[in-house]
Amino acid sequence: MERQTIAALGRALRAREVSSRELASAALEHIARLDGALNSFITVTADQALTAADAADRRLARGEGGPLTGIPFAWKDIFCTRGVRTTCGSKMLANFVAPYDAAAVERLHAAGIVSIGKTNMDEFAMGSSNETSWFGPVHNPWDLERSPGGSSGGSAAAVAAGLISAASGTDTGGSIRQPAALVGITGFKPSYGRVSRYGMIAFASSLDQAGVLTLTAEDAALLIEAMAGFDDRDSTSANLPVPAYATDIGKSLAGRRIGVPPEFFEPGLDGECGARVREALAVLESLGAQVVEVSLPHLSLSVPTYYIVAPAEASSNLARFDGVRFGHRAEGATSLEDLYKKSRQEGFGPEVRRRLMTGTYVLSAGYFDAYYLQAQKARELIAADFRAAFAKVDVIAGPTAPTPAFRLGEKTDDPVQMYLNDIYTIAVNLAGLPGISVPCGFARGLPVGLQLIGPAFGESAVLNVAHQYQLATDWHSKAPPEAPLVAAVAAKGRSR
Amino acid sequence: MSWEPVIGLEIHAQLATRSKIFSGAATAYGAPPNTQACLVDLGYPGVLPVLNAEAVRLAVRFGLAIGGTVAPRSIFARKNYFYPDLPKGYQISQYELPVVKGGSVEILLDDGSRKTVRLTRAHLEEDAGKSLHESFQGLSGIDLNRAGTPLLEIVSEPDMRSAKEAAAYMRRVHQLVRWIGICDGNMQEGSFRCDANVSVRRAGTDKLGTRTEIKNLNSFRFLERAILHEIDRQIEVIEDGGRIVQETRLYDPDRDETRSMRSKEEANDYRYFPDPDLLPLEIDAATLDAVRATLPELPDRRAARFVTLGIPAADAAQLTLERDTADYFEAVLAAAPAVEPRVAANWVNGDLAAALNDAGLGITASRVGAAALAALLLRVADNTISGKIAKDVFAAMWAGEGGADDIIAARGLRQITDSGALEAAIDKVIAASPNQLAEYRAGKDKLFGYFVGQVMKATGGKANPQQLNELLRRKLG
Repeated sequence: MERQTIAALGRALRAREVSSRELASAALEHIARLDGALNSFITVTADQALTAADAADRRLARGEGGPLTGIPFAWKDIFCTRGVRTTCGSKMLANFVAPYDAAAVERLHAAGIVSIGKTNMDEFAMGSSNETSWFGPVHNPWDLERSPGGSSGGSAAAVAAGLISAASGTDTGGSIRQPAALVGITGFKPSYGRVSRYGMIAFASSLDQAGVLTLTAEDAALLIEAMAGFDDRDSTSANLPVPAYATDIGKSLAGRRIGVPPEFFEPGLDGECGARVREALAVLESLGAQVVEVSLPHLSLSVPTYYIVAPAEASSNLARFDGVRFGHRAEGATSLEDLYKKSRQEGFGPEVRRRLMTGTYVLSAGYFDAYYLQAQKARELIAADFRAAFAKVDVIAGPTAPTPAFRLGEKTDDPVQMYLNDIYTIAVNLAGLPGISVPCGFARGLPVGLQLIGPAFGESAVLNVAHQYQLATDWHSKAPPEAPLVAAVAAKGRSR
Repeated sequence: MSWEPVIGLEIHAQLATRSKIFSGAATAYGAPPNTQACLVDLGYPGVLPVLNAEAVRLAVRFGLAIGGTVAPRSIFARKNYFYPDLPKGYQISQYELPVVKGGSVEILLDDGSRKTVRLTRAHLEEDAGKSLHESFQGLSGIDLNRAGTPLLEIVSEPDMRSAKEAAAYMRRVHQLVRWIGICDGNMQEGSFRCDANVSVRRAGTDKLGTRTEIKNLNSFRFLERAILHEIDRQIEVIEDGGRIVQETRLYDPDRDETRSMRSKEEANDYRYFPDPDLLPLEIDAATLDAVRATLPELPDRRAARFVTLGIPAADAAQLTLERDTADYFEAVLAAAPAVEPRVAANWVNGDLAAALNDAGLGITASRVGAAALAALLLRVADNTISGKIAKDVFAAMWAGEGGADDIIAARGLRQITDSGALEAAIDKVIAASPNQLAEYRAGKDKLFGYFVGQVMKATGGKANPQQLNELLRRKLG
């Protein structure tokens, strides 16, 4: 199956070479035919998609509509979508129908996007492998025995396998960039505050940021330009003009300074992954960029800092799931306290419970100073490292993940090993910066991602370098073979 | 050995905004359950709080009015606990950095002296909803209309030494928040409520005793009674050799007692931390200046100004209990410059206040407006009617019979100042009272009043009292 960028689809739609209904129908057909092997969708909204596609076709027929009109798109199931089940990958919300659209959903719908469905994810975005989902793990289309990464694993697998050209994700500690790297696609997380968090079910409020998983940086630029912008319903939304990303990406890299921190290449990094990243840096140099060393001395603090800050905020954010007003409510509770305990025990999976307990602990009287306050100080040190580095360079480059995709089940018994998978991505969230992962080759037949990081609100620089790299390379157009997916679906059918 | 009570209050004043502190839902009281709760108030997944700028302005108003420091930067924090009427599982409040620090108010003590009560802080927070335990057959109902209503929690230092002082302080703050228009002060509806921290210590010692916190004090009377009761209870416990346990106690007005709600050990660990959904609240000098410019003359200053007009301090204090009263009073003065301010004050505090009280009306709804009262008082000042007749005219005005001049004319109440007519009336009375005349002339001075009364009766009360006295004295010799 041929994967197509939304830039190309948009051109074809506006030239009336293809209709939105045809694209939506094709996406629905791909999902029906192949998703049995991937489990990348939790909910497919076929009727709504076709209705929206027809509306888009009418606008296109009138010569109206922009670059996104009529493009099929999928939403990570953490974005509230009016009238559509929004599960957050949890039993707690397995039957929750959101009464409103998230700001990002509103904006892309206004831009003419056609929503196809809701993608699988780690429960409440807590996970790096998509194995914590109540709806089962997602499989990596490059090797179905392996994880696509997480937490936006469903969006990543669906785009990599060509079920859809683009999907949304959220990135709290790497949840867009790491799965993008593990399935060989582009994953872009803008600066904290660039896309409104309104309607995105909160995991860790000071870190959560919406973004996209796409085939190219150009597609990411097109989508984020439409998704981004100030929203007065989110007090942390940045009241800044949104640059013309899709135009900015065309600039030459001549004279661009790219910083490489040695801390990104320490022994935890898989040798082949490191080699691919160095090759990518050589490509950027060949495009006129200058590669210089910068230091992020506090990088090693980022994982422990994150695993205090994020659970602390989550322990409070997820308190609203109490079985009283919405979501899972336990049967047979004998008292109010019993109702809380049973509903939450039953509704949340083990990883979510682990983080809620961690978060409750670090905020408790007597521990708050030692954990939460220390973590805030460490967070500031990490952010200061980046600020110092960006005084010297335009973009920082390094690996996205320390290894290629790991086997499903390989790390589920060892949370710390799982957490270390985000060692290169987490610091970016702690500092609120924009980051992208682009495919830069393969290690043992599995995709490897190059991570590019920009200064706060410097999305243009990141997208520009990524796009120029993709113009010079073709790693982003390497698609996983379809045959194993077809075979897996057939095998499942037989065993049923 | 005598005991000294030490009391500090935490007052929750509901800020008079139209919408909630973090959502656009209405704050009006008394709507059917859950009709004024939007997705933010319901704590739905994905929704976010947005601070109501008006609530901030009202908090700043309070900070300026008490001479406190308005923090240039304050922080909203989450107070985490589970309860069904707390939809998010946390209350957004301010913890380490409140919007207002310090400040003070003065209270008037029984002996006429003044005492300064210092304020620790005032902070913004959201109210919770209500649990309804009746009429659900073993279940509890939740009404989230109140969830998210803006509150200003006003915390005093432990500066009060008696239940009376505490009640005076609560009244003072109540007066102030209404005066500056930040709270309607309605205690029945819970717009103004109070918790009291009470401890006792041996008189003459400095160390504070263990305190208890009494909740649910929604009237001045309950506050005073609950504190009195709690002081007695604590003294009794200590004198019996016991110890006071730090705990929260609930006042039961029906039984007039406090009872234990939860001890310190049972108290929640609220796990306060800064709310990552809200930016630090920053208030710049320009905002302070803008709010300051809209601040009315405060009650103390206004009362002091009234005293300079010759009004006794107690009367000035009464006139400034409510801003509307003071405004009314000044409107009377403005419309009737010839009237003595002291006389106008007596009318406003006396007949008008009584009539309003009987009718259950606020002064802005008075049936006799400031201009109408001024017109009446002018007729007293220019001797058209006597002060006594004026009371009757006022009653007629209150009853809706028209303005002062109309009533005076219609009822023929104009004073008799024509000395000829008055003399004739006096002569008639004297002629009809030979015995009394003889007794008076024999030295029974008290009978002078008899003659005044008789003439007044004969003239329908319309005789000018001063003129009557003069003429009568002359005639009686």
